[in-house]
Amino acid sequence: MSAHILEVSGLFVSYGRVEAVRGVSLSIPVGGIVTVIGANGAGKSTLMNAIMGVLPSRGEVLFQGRPLGRSLVEARVGEGVCLVPEKRELFAAMTVQDNLQLGAYRLGRSAVAGGMEEVFARFPRLKERRGQLAGTLSGGERQMLAMGRALMSRPRLLMLDEPSLGLAPLIVREIFRIVTDLRKDGVSILLVEQNARAALQVADEAYVMELGEITLHGPASQLAADSRVIESYLGLGARH
Amino acid sequence: MNATIALFLAQDGIINGAIYALLGVALVLVFAVTRVIFVPQGEFVAWGALTVAALEAGTVPGTAWLLAVLGLAAALLEVVRERHAMSVAKVAVMVVRDVALPFALLGLVIWAAPMRLGLAVYVLVTLVLLVPMGPLIYRLAFQPLADAPVLVLFIAAIGVHFSLLGLGLVFFGAEGFRNTPFLDMSFPLGPMMVKAQSVWIVVVTLLLLAALYAFFERTLLGKALRATAVNRLGARLVGIPVRATGRMAFALAAAIGAVSGILIGPLTTIYYDSGFLIGLKGFVAAIIAGLASYPLTALAALLVGMLESFSAFFASAFKEVIVFSLLIPVLVWRSFAAGHHDDEEEE
Amino acid sequence: MAAAGSSFSLRLFAVAAVAVLPLLPFVPDFWITLGGYIGLYSLVAIGLVLLTGVGGMTSFGQAAFVGFGAYATAALTTKFGFSPWATLPFALAATGLMALLIGLVTVKLSGHYLPLGTIAWGISFFYLFGNIEWLGRFDGISGLPPFSIGPISLIDARAVYYLIWLVVLVAVVLSENLLDSRVGRAMRALRGGSVAAEAFGVDTARAKLIVFVYAALLAGTSGWLYAHVQRAVSPSPFGLNAGIEYLLMAVLGGSGFVLGGVLGAAIVTVLKDQLQNILPKLIGADGNFETIVFGILMVAVLQLARQGLWPFLMRLLPPSPQKAVELSAEPLERRRLPERGMAVLEAEKARKQFGGLVAVNDVSFMVKGGEIVGLIGPNGAGKSTTFNLVTGVLPATSGEIRYMGRRIDALPARKIAELGIARTFQHVKLMPSMTLLENVAIGAHSRNRPGVISAMLRLDRLPEARLIAEAARQIERVGLTEHMHKPAGSLALGQQRIAEIARALCLDPALLLLDEPAAGLRFNEKQQLAELLSQLRADGMSVLLVEHDMDFVMKVTNHLVVLDFGTKIAEGTPAEISVNPVVLEAYLGGVE
Repeated sequence: MSAHILEVSGLFVSYGRVEAVRGVSLSIPVGGIVTVIGANGAGKSTLMNAIMGVLPSRGEVLFQGRPLGRSLVEARVGEGVCLVPEKRELFAAMTVQDNLQLGAYRLGRSAVAGGMEEVFARFPRLKERRGQLAGTLSGGERQMLAMGRALMSRPRLLMLDEPSLGLAPLIVREIFRIVTDLRKDGVSILLVEQNARAALQVADEAYVMELGEITLHGPASQLAADSRVIESYLGLGARH
Repeated sequence: MNATIALFLAQDGIINGAIYALLGVALVLVFAVTRVIFVPQGEFVAWGALTVAALEAGTVPGTAWLLAVLGLAAALLEVVRERHAMSVAKVAVMVVRDVALPFALLGLVIWAAPMRLGLAVYVLVTLVLLVPMGPLIYRLAFQPLADAPVLVLFIAAIGVHFSLLGLGLVFFGAEGFRNTPFLDMSFPLGPMMVKAQSVWIVVVTLLLLAALYAFFERTLLGKALRATAVNRLGARLVGIPVRATGRMAFALAAAIGAVSGILIGPLTTIYYDSGFLIGLKGFVAAIIAGLASYPLTALAALLVGMLESFSAFFASAFKEVIVFSLLIPVLVWRSFAAGHHDDEEEE
Repeated sequence: MAAAGSSFSLRLFAVAAVAVLPLLPFVPDFWITLGGYIGLYSLVAIGLVLLTGVGGMTSFGQAAFVGFGAYATAALTTKFGFSPWATLPFALAATGLMALLIGLVTVKLSGHYLPLGTIAWGISFFYLFGNIEWLGRFDGISGLPPFSIGPISLIDARAVYYLIWLVVLVAVVLSENLLDSRVGRAMRALRGGSVAAEAFGVDTARAKLIVFVYAALLAGTSGWLYAHVQRAVSPSPFGLNAGIEYLLMAVLGGSGFVLGGVLGAAIVTVLKDQLQNILPKLIGADGNFETIVFGILMVAVLQLARQGLWPFLMRLLPPSPQKAVELSAEPLERRRLPERGMAVLEAEKARKQFGGLVAVNDVSFMVKGGEIVGLIGPNGAGKSTTFNLVTGVLPATSGEIRYMGRRIDALPARKIAELGIARTFQHVKLMPSMTLLENVAIGAHSRNRPGVISAMLRLDRLPEARLIAEAARQIERVGLTEHMHKPAGSLALGQQRIAEIARALCLDPALLLLDEPAAGLRFNEKQQLAELLSQLRADGMSVLLVEHDMDFVMKVTNHLVVLDFGTKIAEGTPAEISVNPVVLEAYLGGVE
């Protein structure tokens, strides 16, 4: 049994003739938080979508030591891989409760009640809103619902694409607190964040992605102190 | 026109409207789940009526042969298309489900057809033969195009309609049939006579619509279908197998089409090509409702039925012209309501 | 522009082959008749190629326009004694007028509503033809005179064959000329959606209508010929099934290529004839069983070769000639740039609300002549929405946007482009199948005006050469000359972004709006872009850019406007912004 829940090696993803991900290798230790940082368009979301099976890719992806091959998205969800995408992809015209129920689709009706209790315990706000249509939620609530829906499938690996996108600082803090909580419950996490500073604070390991390739890799604390990372990703504050 | 005629026309309109409502709802369902505008829906209506007609005559309906052919074709093509992902188990499942079962059914029908087992059996056999054709057609024509734009799927749907139209001619011939009513009686309602068959149609329609509502609101599978319709990527990300939901939608549509055909068979003469215009009117209703709302579709269907029966009275030759010309302003209105979202899906 | 030798001689050979076929003694009459029908259907299919493959509008109702042409000449010749030749203008006028009326409504339909609309009027006209007493109801009109030249009647299949193919030849030449022109490029850009085309001054609704009417006129011409070849008309060849067969021809042949229409017509016609021979014998009954095969063929083409069969044939042929560039052509007239320091663009309390969500909250800023202003902020801050307000893609909920003192917030994108504002897109919007040169030339669309007729008759070559030369100069300016004749889709993403800038420059703008121009560029490409922008500024152009790459923004801009949650939180010089505490908090908003 490998100590890594996910091992990606030599992954390529192309859109037509444009290669968006070029030979990426990365691994996520069991129960670890790994973050990928990089500029817009560096290929971070593409990488996650390829791991999820939403986009076709070349290269090897091992989940719990077994190759995922060409398996369909739904089969990967069944294995325990789950993605919370940048656009959340909620069922806008359905209620919060229905959204959560469908999150447990692979597990069947029996898993719904228990899972829903856990999610409501983690996100009390969702319990208040359970009869409301997902499309009418605020940005922060949507992100909570997206994470709650993902947790309903009891994932072993949770991939979060820009979870703080467009959220007010207070809610961002809340989201990151929950991310660290999840690790305590044994969920491994792959985190893509534009807010590199926050991501490096919660992560154990970090990768820097530029133009579809991994250019730096190391412990998160080490990268946070790396001058190249500070210059390019930790933004304006480091500039004087 | 006096009140009696108006009442009579209204009755006609309601009955037609009920059928259009069923078809319209099925079209909305298929479109929402698979983005396919299911033009061949009408063929299922014609085949529903004609299959019952063949069984009433004690002959083997062509649809029994067709199911076997479609099953064989789907299995063969799928093995070729997905050869890299095939396993012995998968092939075995397909051989049993897609080849052995349909041929066994065909054998059964050939054996039982001359025995004339009665209307209930005919209805059952018709559904058993036609419902699996929905998913088979989905697998043959649309599944390989699952990522194509709506427009391409639409052209493919027209292609499928074209093929099925020809196959209908092969299997049922150019002759029209009118089936025996379920209950051959009429009763007076105010100044006019109402046929029992009309009551059947309205009752079955209402029951089916209620059943569909319960399915979508109460069951996890029904919700999964809705979820696929609302957000296809979201559905995949929670593990809903969208191919299977697509097949499910097609099965429901085939069932609804077949039931509609069985219902109207005794009221009007059905030819192999009658279904297209009937289906298209269900379509007009579905489009008035923006291909989105089920209750609005049912309402619009009633409207189309009324418009048709009254225009048949005032200008019978131009009945179709009136109904389909009405569609154009509706399309313009819907097009503007939809905005510019589907403007850029080409290339 | 002359075609390159090999391609030209190949075409000449094809024309000769068509011409010689009837002269060969061993060719049976029946083949010639069939050849005539191929020509008739080709005309309709060529129209559909332009409508569907080029203009992106799928029509199942094209047979109705064949019907207008056919019924017009049938009525005039049998009821009023016109000669068949004399009815052509009337047949075309009738078809054109109907097409204009139907088209005004149809081209406004979006997405799948459009083909649904064509089905609706396709069916309506079939029943209309079949129910009008004066047109003989479903029996139609018979006893039409044949075409004749002096005393010679063109009843013989071989004679009328030449007439038909002469018309086809003219249609092919006119259509190809049209596509290779200013208007043609606008038509070809329609498939990419209206936003990009409108942003360069293309009136997309008008371009669609032109294609629609042109396709209908080709169909009407086919109907006019058909009526006198058949010498009878009835509704059934003009119904929906015929419309579906015409579309099959276009899809099968290759819906993006004029000659693909001819190829498709040939395959479908020959196949139909063969199937009508074989299938009834096989099945043991009479009927139109060929629809089974046609339907399967349609689905199969969509599944296996969505571009149709023509591209496969093209691979066997020599490559088509490159578009000639005459850099000596007289340059296009230039716009006078506003004076340095004068207010070019002013946003005053611009606001955009989507329902309850305020995407842009009363934002005010200014771009002065000869200045590069950067619009920055975290993801979701409202930068793109602000950008869309300025370019007229979205209407503002309230507030004003002025360009050189004139309000532009109520103007459509096309008018804004004509005033001299050019833009690029965050998600590249080039037409991947058109060459880089052709894509860039669309940028100059509003700078001269040769129209449809002059394009078809090649009277537009002088203005066309000036326009192409301008496009080539802008491509050179951004350093992509070596890729000029490649399809835009084959360029790397970074090069495509730069190509969009060349297209924008082709408009000769006073104000250039760039949406994330540096995204996806490599380091040295960014350097080059920065140099290019400095050069443009030195020439007096004003630039407003949205960008994420702080390094780049700090280097090239004079002035920065910072947005967060739709609100302007700061503005100033790059140096001021980089130490502004409010900005730092918005960007870093840490977890501590």
